[in-house]
Amino acid sequence: MTDISQTPDTSSTAKPKGSLFDKDARTKRRNAAEGRFKLYGIAAIGIGLLMLVVLVTKIVTAGTGAFQQSFLELSVELKEDKLDKKGNRNIEDIKKVSTFGYAPLISTALETEVQNLGIQTDLKPKEMGKILSKAAQADLRNYVIANPDEIGNTVSFRFLVNSRVDGYMKGRVTRESIANDKSISVAQLDLVDQLRDAGVLYKAFNPDFIFGSDASDQRPEAAGIGVSMLGSLFMMLVVLVLALPIGVAASIYLEEFAPQNRLTDIIEVNISNLAAVPSIVFGILGLAVFINYMHLPTSAPLVGGLVLTLMTLPTIIISTRASLKAVPPSIRDAALGVGASKMQSVFHHVLPLAAPGILTGTIIGLAQALGETAPLLLIGMVGFIASNPPDGIVAGFLSPNSAMPAQIYEWSKRADPAFYERAWGGIIILLIFLVTMNTIAVILRRRFERRW
Amino acid sequence: MALSWLLLILLALAVIGYFAGRTRALASAEGDARALHSLPSYYGYNVALTALVPALGLLILWLLAQPLIVDKTVSGMIPDTAITEGSDRGLVMSEVRRVAYGLDGAIAAGTLSDAQARNASADIEGLTQSLKDAGQVLTQDISKPILMAAQKYRSMTAAGSTAMQVVVLLAALLGAAFAYVRTHKEFRARNVVEQGVLALLLLAASIAILTTVGIVLSMLFETMNFFQLHSWKDFFFGSTWAPNFRGGSELSILPLLWGTLYISLIALLVAVPIGLFAAIYLSEYATGVTRSIAKPLLEILAGIPTIVYGLFALLTVGPALVSLFGDGGALGLGWMASSNAVLTAGLVMGIMLIPFVSSLSDDIINAVPQSMRDGSLGLGATKSETVRQVVLPAALPGIVGAILLAASRAIGETMIVVMAAGAIAKFSGNPFEAMTTITTRIVSQLTGDTDFASPETLVAFALGLTLFIITLGLNIFALYIVRKYREQYE
Amino acid sequence: MMNDMTRVERTVDSKAIKIAANNVQVHYGDTHAIKDVNVEIEDKTVTAFIGPSGCGKSTFLRCLNRMNDTIDICRVTGDILLDGEDIYDKRVDPVQLRAKVGMVFQKPNPFPKSIYDNVAYGPRIHGLAKNKAELDELVEKSLRRGAIWEEVKDRLDAPGTGLSGGQQQRLCIARAVATEPEVLLMDEPCSALDPIATAQVEELIDDLRKRYSVVIVTHSMQQAARVSQKTAFFHLGNLVEFGETGQIFTNPEDPRTESYITGRIG
Repeated sequence: MTDISQTPDTSSTAKPKGSLFDKDARTKRRNAAEGRFKLYGIAAIGIGLLMLVVLVTKIVTAGTGAFQQSFLELSVELKEDKLDKKGNRNIEDIKKVSTFGYAPLISTALETEVQNLGIQTDLKPKEMGKILSKAAQADLRNYVIANPDEIGNTVSFRFLVNSRVDGYMKGRVTRESIANDKSISVAQLDLVDQLRDAGVLYKAFNPDFIFGSDASDQRPEAAGIGVSMLGSLFMMLVVLVLALPIGVAASIYLEEFAPQNRLTDIIEVNISNLAAVPSIVFGILGLAVFINYMHLPTSAPLVGGLVLTLMTLPTIIISTRASLKAVPPSIRDAALGVGASKMQSVFHHVLPLAAPGILTGTIIGLAQALGETAPLLLIGMVGFIASNPPDGIVAGFLSPNSAMPAQIYEWSKRADPAFYERAWGGIIILLIFLVTMNTIAVILRRRFERRW
Repeated sequence: MALSWLLLILLALAVIGYFAGRTRALASAEGDARALHSLPSYYGYNVALTALVPALGLLILWLLAQPLIVDKTVSGMIPDTAITEGSDRGLVMSEVRRVAYGLDGAIAAGTLSDAQARNASADIEGLTQSLKDAGQVLTQDISKPILMAAQKYRSMTAAGSTAMQVVVLLAALLGAAFAYVRTHKEFRARNVVEQGVLALLLLAASIAILTTVGIVLSMLFETMNFFQLHSWKDFFFGSTWAPNFRGGSELSILPLLWGTLYISLIALLVAVPIGLFAAIYLSEYATGVTRSIAKPLLEILAGIPTIVYGLFALLTVGPALVSLFGDGGALGLGWMASSNAVLTAGLVMGIMLIPFVSSLSDDIINAVPQSMRDGSLGLGATKSETVRQVVLPAALPGIVGAILLAASRAIGETMIVVMAAGAIAKFSGNPFEAMTTITTRIVSQLTGDTDFASPETLVAFALGLTLFIITLGLNIFALYIVRKYREQYE
Repeated sequence: MMNDMTRVERTVDSKAIKIAANNVQVHYGDTHAIKDVNVEIEDKTVTAFIGPSGCGKSTFLRCLNRMNDTIDICRVTGDILLDGEDIYDKRVDPVQLRAKVGMVFQKPNPFPKSIYDNVAYGPRIHGLAKNKAELDELVEKSLRRGAIWEEVKDRLDAPGTGLSGGQQQRLCIARAVATEPEVLLMDEPCSALDPIATAQVEELIDDLRKRYSVVIVTHSMQQAARVSQKTAFFHLGNLVEFGETGQIFTNPEDPRTESYITGRIG
């Protein structure tokens, strides 16, 4: 016995094999293949994560600029003889002065400022004025209409500057890049440099981007996402109010009451297929049914909400059914055992226990709907639609508006690259909403997750 | 506004009905709730639901049917002579509706009195002027037949709305009265209420079917209209996509289908290997920690809205590709003229699909029983040999299903191609050229000024229906494969 | 040569020690699953591991070809020597080890491939056949050793999953034999089979003893008594008793063994 165990390799095997301690060539080859295969896996995950990093970095670097805007601070004398000739501060009379009436005031203010700062420039006053935004006069007019008592005084006012100047301040526009640009000249940039050094032209946080409305092609510096955010909000309200009850009711029926028959089968197959129907098809449905047939108003958040409801329903139904299924049958049996009807056992016991899961699914469905763009294009929720926030709840649902993703799409189509910065900025806001909603969903799930 | 009042009244009726029913039930049992068949609240619910549900159903039906009836009647009274050359009844009807809404708007703005709007012999020019003063948009000058039709339209709509309110309220009252009279301590209120609720639940579940029917019908009718105006042979078998709003368009789906499939192919070439390898690594190699970090991170890519990918393609990937492959690019090839290209859209769509493929494949690979892996490892196979020769062949049907689902996603994806693929319909194998897709054309034909009587607009519905059928077929097939696959290991 | 040897070495004490385990401890996370096990497994012998559920017998079996490596939280200490070489040595590649120490599992687990490909799988990955003819021969030989050749020889291209449970398990044994292992580990190979299939497999195990060292984990004491020459009784992670099968069943030394085989624990 001992003899044999000392020479195990030759005596106890059918075929002489090497020691376990030596790797044969084939094993080495196979291990190398193993290593390569594993590497492919790591590379695949690496590529995926790299894309995520690139995407997020791009969004952050390209979009944060939109939250800052360059302003030129000027002291403007609000001359009474120009703005309120009758001198009685009648708001109707003040409103009659158009934006053109304000142009000379601003022009003078800029000229004075340049003189006071001792800046040398060959530019004519009109040329100098071009560094300001085309929205400057309107902004000043709005201010005066809101504060008629200031007429006659000299006020310090913060004007938006032209998007090219803003781009120059942010480094997007350079002296080389404007060679063929008719809307700004090197001399104007010299003036900008001097104004900046004097501290009257500066970058600052711009709340109007978050709360303001879209602006025309000519005034990217004045465009904001606030109004379309309201559009999205009203759509989400519609989705929540319709999709949640209908989705929960449908799930309760399918999970708790549906008999095993053809109709149930058809409904189930239908739901899983609807979840995979391209979103644009829901847009066509909305256009044909809600707008062309039912004559609901075009571009209204109500219609957008209806379309997104139909789109979100399958998601909500699928997740609600999963959370109903997770409630163990013993709960139902217990309720039935004390004489509750099937309906009572479901509404009194099963539904409350499934509520966190249902809520999680609903939030995820809403987040999906919030980011959806394609169907909104077809029902007209795109383009420069609303210049003012809706005045009231009914108007919020019925008056034309855009939505955040549609607004971003609209900006991406415009010619002026200054709008791209706003598109990225809009994406940051959209993603903040999505991240918040998903975080709430994850917390809900963690908090209330039950293991039966 | 009238509608919201109507709804409020119905709601109020239901609330009153609830309390009335409850009280009556208790009264019939002389205040002793134990003598009742059901809990008192069920008697209340019975009255409230019987008042509310039929009335609401009636309301919805009426709202759906009224425009159809009014349109049909009014459209019938427009004489053929009023339909000008190059127009049709549908177009005239939309003008009639516009005038009718214009009249409403003008009355609301106060530039027109109700009597003036109803006056059939009104002076047309004056009327047009007052409409324009009220800021109403008119595309043509109003003609006598159109005005009369518009007035008829208004009067029918108004009469219809009044009748609807009366009928709906009556239905609610009758329902409430019926249920109230039936309320008695012997009455099995709970059973009745529960049956009613069950019917409502079934109704909610049927909305899924209604949506599908709605999708099919809404596209089918317009597609049939399209094929009356345009040859179906050209649509399915032509070779050119050249819409021309002055007529004589060539509208073939084939070049669009080619673009769609080409872009989807590139997307799958990106997403499938990366997604599959990622799934293999996550399910077979990664430790718990790696998995719990990498998987959710990858899934973030799936939660990003497509508009973000579109912008990424348009502003980042496209220009980057041009700077590599374009004129004077880093590689000096000069292959790519514009950032809008099949490659741009395909690459970005591929990135979008990575998590979709990886999480589906992950589920499917995990469904392969551990005993298979043990069997292979127990024979001395390495992990990669086990994966390639045992796990993947076993998971193959499921993975094919997952890839088909991803393909259906790619074919139906809209925003990325709208923003990055371009607008030129052609058959070409060059991935650096711009091409266009079915979804892109649907968007472009249905946005902006649309004329629902022209084949150039209606073709979008035919495209949509084709897209729906293609993706539906892929989905049904893929879901069938995946389900069969799962059943095999259950 | 091997056959000759078996014939010569009929007596038990003349057999070589194939596997020697010294002070083996296994931890699953915080659970101490195997406590200080010492056992010597002989060549050309069927050794049975018996014991109540959760006693660690399967865990210990899986240590013998390092299948526990696939479980992240499993930690093995102590020495397990195969022909005098520590299989947990850093230089040892588990892939090579498992080619020498084959394994058959509780549930028949044929791959979703043809019967032929199931058996050829091992030889192919280890490169045991030079050409198709050799592979064919090897497959036939293995299927014969698995006592299933007659039943499947006409349908080698049929999927292995289409066989009956007992046939599947014999196919899995043939598959394990095909890599020409020296030791065969069997983890409750009959627990998913009906009595007739069980009898066939047991007969096969007895036959396999001529060429291999067989270690079988079983729940059934009758089975252990029928097929094994040596028996080890595990209880709560301890190796309680190890010895001649006949002795363990008729005259156990430890009271725990006695209460198990008389049916008081288990």
